[in-house]
Amino acid sequence: MSDILNDETKKVLTAPLVNDNPITLQVLGICSALAVTSQMSTSLIMALALTLVTAFSSAAISAIRNHIPSSIRIIVQMTIIASLVIVVDQLLKAFAYDVSKQLSVFVGLIITNCIVMGRAEGYAMKNPPLESFMDGIGNGLGYSLILIIVAFFRETLGSGKLLGIEVFKLTKDGGWYDPNGLMLLPPSAFFIIGLIIWSVRQWKPNQVEKVEFKIMSIAHGEGGHH
Amino acid sequence: MLKCEQFNKICVALDKCERYQKFKVYRDKILALTNDSLEKTIAIAVALCLVCAVLVSFSAVALKPFQVHNKELDMKQNILDVAGLLEAGSNIDQAFSEKIEAKIVNLETGDYVEDMNADEYDQRKAAKDPALSVTIPKDKDIAHIRFKAKYAKVFLVKEDGVIKSIILPVNGYGLWSTLYGFLSVDPDGQTVQSINFYDQAETPGLGGEVVNPTWRALWKGKKIYTETEQAALSEEPALSLIKGVVDSAKPGSQYQVDGLAGATLTSTGVTNLVRYWMSKEGFAPYLAKVRTVKGAQS
Repeated sequence: MSDILNDETKKVLTAPLVNDNPITLQVLGICSALAVTSQMSTSLIMALALTLVTAFSSAAISAIRNHIPSSIRIIVQMTIIASLVIVVDQLLKAFAYDVSKQLSVFVGLIITNCIVMGRAEGYAMKNPPLESFMDGIGNGLGYSLILIIVAFFRETLGSGKLLGIEVFKLTKDGGWYDPNGLMLLPPSAFFIIGLIIWSVRQWKPNQVEKVEFKIMSIAHGEGGHH
Repeated sequence: MLKCEQFNKICVALDKCERYQKFKVYRDKILALTNDSLEKTIAIAVALCLVCAVLVSFSAVALKPFQVHNKELDMKQNILDVAGLLEAGSNIDQAFSEKIEAKIVNLETGDYVEDMNADEYDQRKAAKDPALSVTIPKDKDIAHIRFKAKYAKVFLVKEDGVIKSIILPVNGYGLWSTLYGFLSVDPDGQTVQSINFYDQAETPGLGGEVVNPTWRALWKGKKIYTETEQAALSEEPALSLIKGVVDSAKPGSQYQVDGLAGATLTSTGVTNLVRYWMSKEGFAPYLAKVRTVKGAQS
């Protein structure tokens, strides 16, 4: 393996998992992370679809990067990404119909997912195709990791199931677990992602952004002096 | 190997072709231009569009048969499910063609329409076609669907020539989405057998529980129309979803189904869509005819 993967490809594959995670550090791709994570199965398919789209679009954009006129470069990137997403959507409809019904519009919305655009503009425009492909895979995996963690908590706490298999018996079926309805609604993903970002930054303090401005400390004795 | 040889032949032929050589020269000239020149910008845009268009249309055309088949299979599966005939591992196509017959019903008169091909008729499409649909007056549109097809496609489950259940398509607006489903009733046109929603986008876990088998099982045996003392049925449907759990000891509980917890608007939507489709606007004339035909036979 080490012969095939040089340092650069290794770096682009592993860095986005924790150190440069697209969701927790760059805070990109939040929309779909909120929308599809109420179930593990949809999250897995979404993660796979996004990883493939990011990898192939980055590779394709990188292959023609030296000929893309800068005035239309965003449109060129969008056209390539959109075409790939449509192909993925068609494939899902043909071979994974049930899942595509559940994901509905969110497959189409990969087109506007900031991670795909971000990698195209930020990496693929400056690097060769193989590295760009690996960078796409790496960022897709970083996105997948967060989606899987969020879906794990939302599906188990929200419906007592994991991948559709019962793990907690619900009170309405005669069990003990009273499901948390909030977990099924998109805002719960905000809380979970927030907690993940907080824990990662506790673990790796260098991810904490510098304070852009400082609140001026109130001069001593100005307030509440009796 | 053969393909490789053929490919090489094509390449050689292309090399000899004068037009291709001209194209190559032209292509190299364009590629050599600075990226931001007007010619190159236009050329790259056109070329990219062509390549992407070919890719997209190829995948759309090549995968179309699979997609159409999936859709049909999904629909058949839902119909078998609401008829209670869905067995795990059985062949859906075969089970469907053996046990179920599609019929077209004229909603206004309640008669069967024999001169239309039931297999090809698509009621959802027809509802959007001005020639085949009617606009529902605002005061009657309790299901909030605005248009309905003039002809409905119903499915009959027959055993030895005797109708066992009638499957009626229903739709109506819930909280976020229009729910599409099937309601299957006994041949008496009064007793519910099952309900099944095959297309909906209600909140998962709350309104989305309309697909929960435990909740769907509550519908079995419920009555649609009020039974008066003379054994006649009311014209307007009485069936509704209530808040909380139905107390089966109370009178009228046969017209009530448990509402969905935490989904008041979806529950109201389901009540309204059942009431709409079972009213005179919907299947009431048809069900009345089914009942009289059955009464004449027995």
